[in-house]
Amino acid sequence: MATMTRDETQALIQEVLEVYPEKAKKDRAKHLAVNDPSIEQSKQCITSNRKSQPGVMTIRGCAYAGSRGVVWGPIKDMVHISHGPVGCGQYTRAGRRNYYTGMTGVNAFGTMNFTSDFQEKDIVFGGDKKLAKIVDEIEQLFPLVKGISVQSECPIGLIGDDIESVAKQKTKELNKPVIPVRCEGFRGVSQSLGHHIANDAIRDHVVHNRDNDDSFESTPYDVAIIGDYNIGGDAWSSRILLEEMGLRVVAQWSGDGTLSEMELTPKVKLNLIHCYRSMNYISRHMEERYGVPWMEYNLFGPTKIAESLRKIAAFFDETIQANAEQVIAKYQAEYDAIIAKYRPRLEGKRVMLYVGGLRPRHIIGAYEDLGMEVVGTGYEFAHNDDYDRTLKEMGDSTLLYDDVTGYELEKFTEALKPDLVGSGVKEKYIFQKMGIPFRQMHSWDYSGPYHGYDGFAIFARDMDMTINNPCWNSMRAPWLKPAEGESEAPVAASA
Amino acid sequence: MAMRQCAIYGKGGIGKSTTTQNLVAGLAELGKKVMIVGCDPKADSTRLILHAKAQDTIMHLAAEAGSVEDLELEDVLQTGYAGIKCVESGGPEPGVGCAGRGVITAINFLEEEGAYDEELDFVFYDVLGDVVCGGFAMPIRENKAQEIYIVVSGEMMAMFAANNIAKGIVKYASSGSVRLAGLICNSRNTAREDELIMELARQLGTQMIHFVPRDNVVQRAEIRRMTVIEYDPSSKQADEYRQLAQKMIDNTNFVIPTPISMDQLETLLMDFGLMDGEDESIIGKTASEEAVAA
Repeated sequence: MATMTRDETQALIQEVLEVYPEKAKKDRAKHLAVNDPSIEQSKQCITSNRKSQPGVMTIRGCAYAGSRGVVWGPIKDMVHISHGPVGCGQYTRAGRRNYYTGMTGVNAFGTMNFTSDFQEKDIVFGGDKKLAKIVDEIEQLFPLVKGISVQSECPIGLIGDDIESVAKQKTKELNKPVIPVRCEGFRGVSQSLGHHIANDAIRDHVVHNRDNDDSFESTPYDVAIIGDYNIGGDAWSSRILLEEMGLRVVAQWSGDGTLSEMELTPKVKLNLIHCYRSMNYISRHMEERYGVPWMEYNLFGPTKIAESLRKIAAFFDETIQANAEQVIAKYQAEYDAIIAKYRPRLEGKRVMLYVGGLRPRHIIGAYEDLGMEVVGTGYEFAHNDDYDRTLKEMGDSTLLYDDVTGYELEKFTEALKPDLVGSGVKEKYIFQKMGIPFRQMHSWDYSGPYHGYDGFAIFARDMDMTINNPCWNSMRAPWLKPAEGESEAPVAASA
Repeated sequence: MAMRQCAIYGKGGIGKSTTTQNLVAGLAELGKKVMIVGCDPKADSTRLILHAKAQDTIMHLAAEAGSVEDLELEDVLQTGYAGIKCVESGGPEPGVGCAGRGVITAINFLEEEGAYDEELDFVFYDVLGDVVCGGFAMPIRENKAQEIYIVVSGEMMAMFAANNIAKGIVKYASSGSVRLAGLICNSRNTAREDELIMELARQLGTQMIHFVPRDNVVQRAEIRRMTVIEYDPSSKQADEYRQLAQKMIDNTNFVIPTPISMDQLETLLMDFGLMDGEDESIIGKTASEEAVAA
């Protein structure tokens, strides 16, 4: 199918909106847009970070998910207590595949679930005493724990449990940070507020801990990786490139990260932000309070990698700049071979994305390196500064959808007939049943890493094996297949 | 006769618990089988019947036992004066936890454990003064109390509270069978108190079911942790509570209330001289500004 014109895309949006009642239609219309790369400010074309409409299928998470699941969870040498009833902790346990090194249960706790398992009596009488006891038990059972965070579930806010005073008391007693986080799930419109709350808790309880301590020997080449959650090992395949450039990676936030790495971060020369949405807050804080500048970068696909490595190197001296060129040159044969192998198989394939707060724009370059085109993209919980950064990445007249509903995404996909949809686990089976190849782009479908040159090789292989999988030709029962000579109707249309 | 469930509401400190226990004693004296369910974390709804400081509450016993499922009915239900059954929901100290959830948990427990014996003629819920959240409205939800009595006096704030409670009843009455059954005036010896409360009752679409005069014998009984009916059965005040009990037995005046507006309430208070007419010119003026103006 040829690329749609601006009028055709606009007509598609109108058609999809038709089904809604007047009020919902008016609201949803603001979240759907035809891309115009010449626009500077996305607020002229799209609205974001607003409450979802009741009655629609939204895939958004909650503030607790944003704090416990995204920002704090991967800090491996701390225990993160899911404070409240048991479900929130258990159902989010280890789901994001944040890889880490260490001995789980000894000096790392990433895949474990700690919860205060609230019962009726804890709701009625308050959970503060129980929380204090849990903290003591954690310290006793896991003496190598470096700190504890208290991740509030909804009831904590409803009953006004005073987690701050317990945390303060226990911080003093244990001589380790015990950090209260007010990330009750009902706060805000999505997990995005949870990121912000988590960043604020790090600001208030972590980053200043070594302000008067000069024992850490810094170098002119110290950087921190911010907003890389090491999903499938992403931060590792990023880190090696920075290190090969001659930079010293002092901290990883927060994939495979530690408390002391976070504490040392204000001493670096440059903060490198991958996921802007979830960690711009703490980066801005470190800039304001410590004068540490920050820079966004993108390690998806060789084009963006080279661009980013050069941009990062430009901040440092000529040695680093020369190193960056060497790193790019060193891997060139490798990624040229990948492109030579997969591009002929993927050329011209069209992709629709719908992910969280970064990837809907960051991965576009990697697809383009393989000759593919992203024809529609959207975010679950982005704000308008994310869309500002998206308009330029997307082609003219492509489709943008914010907090897209299940219905809308299905209809858009039926109309655009992409060769691949990249979204989350809730979408996966719908599109696969429609006969459309699908990749889960939150946890890389149990694959990865996708960052860096190493990641690009895996990314290219995964996209190829999904799109060109012979299973898509077997979507129809043999007795329903047209006889020889008859033309085969497209599966998606009849499924 | 089927069991009647009644809830007693009213401003904090108005005398709900004292009135409830005295009138329940009156009902028991008339041969009625009654249970009191205290729905206030302070747990002072049954002490005059049990001669106790405060009985062990459902929530405290549940916390000790581990969970509410570990409790048996006989652990929480006590019998006091004239066979009156007593239970307290209990709840947290002020400032922690969620007292409203305690009421919900306790009432659910009583239902599941069969505390609502078919032998009972009356169940009384004595509820915390301010209906601050859904938990304290639990006693008037579907299949619970169907008659609500509001304890009130001729004081302005008590009447404000009564009107607010009436608003709450409308919400539940329109979707269920709960009805306002009357105002109980617990006298504070204010001027024309009986007329005032009768007029308020009329405007709310209900009745003043009884005017309970003020009498020190109530306090004398209370320091002995007894009801007046038990402490001094021949006193005049004991007869007042007996009359109230009889009127409640005979009561069939159950209505969906018609709460009045703030303006109407203020007019009522002004008519009875409890409030001065509003002077627009003094709104927002500090004492020093007034001194300058004068």
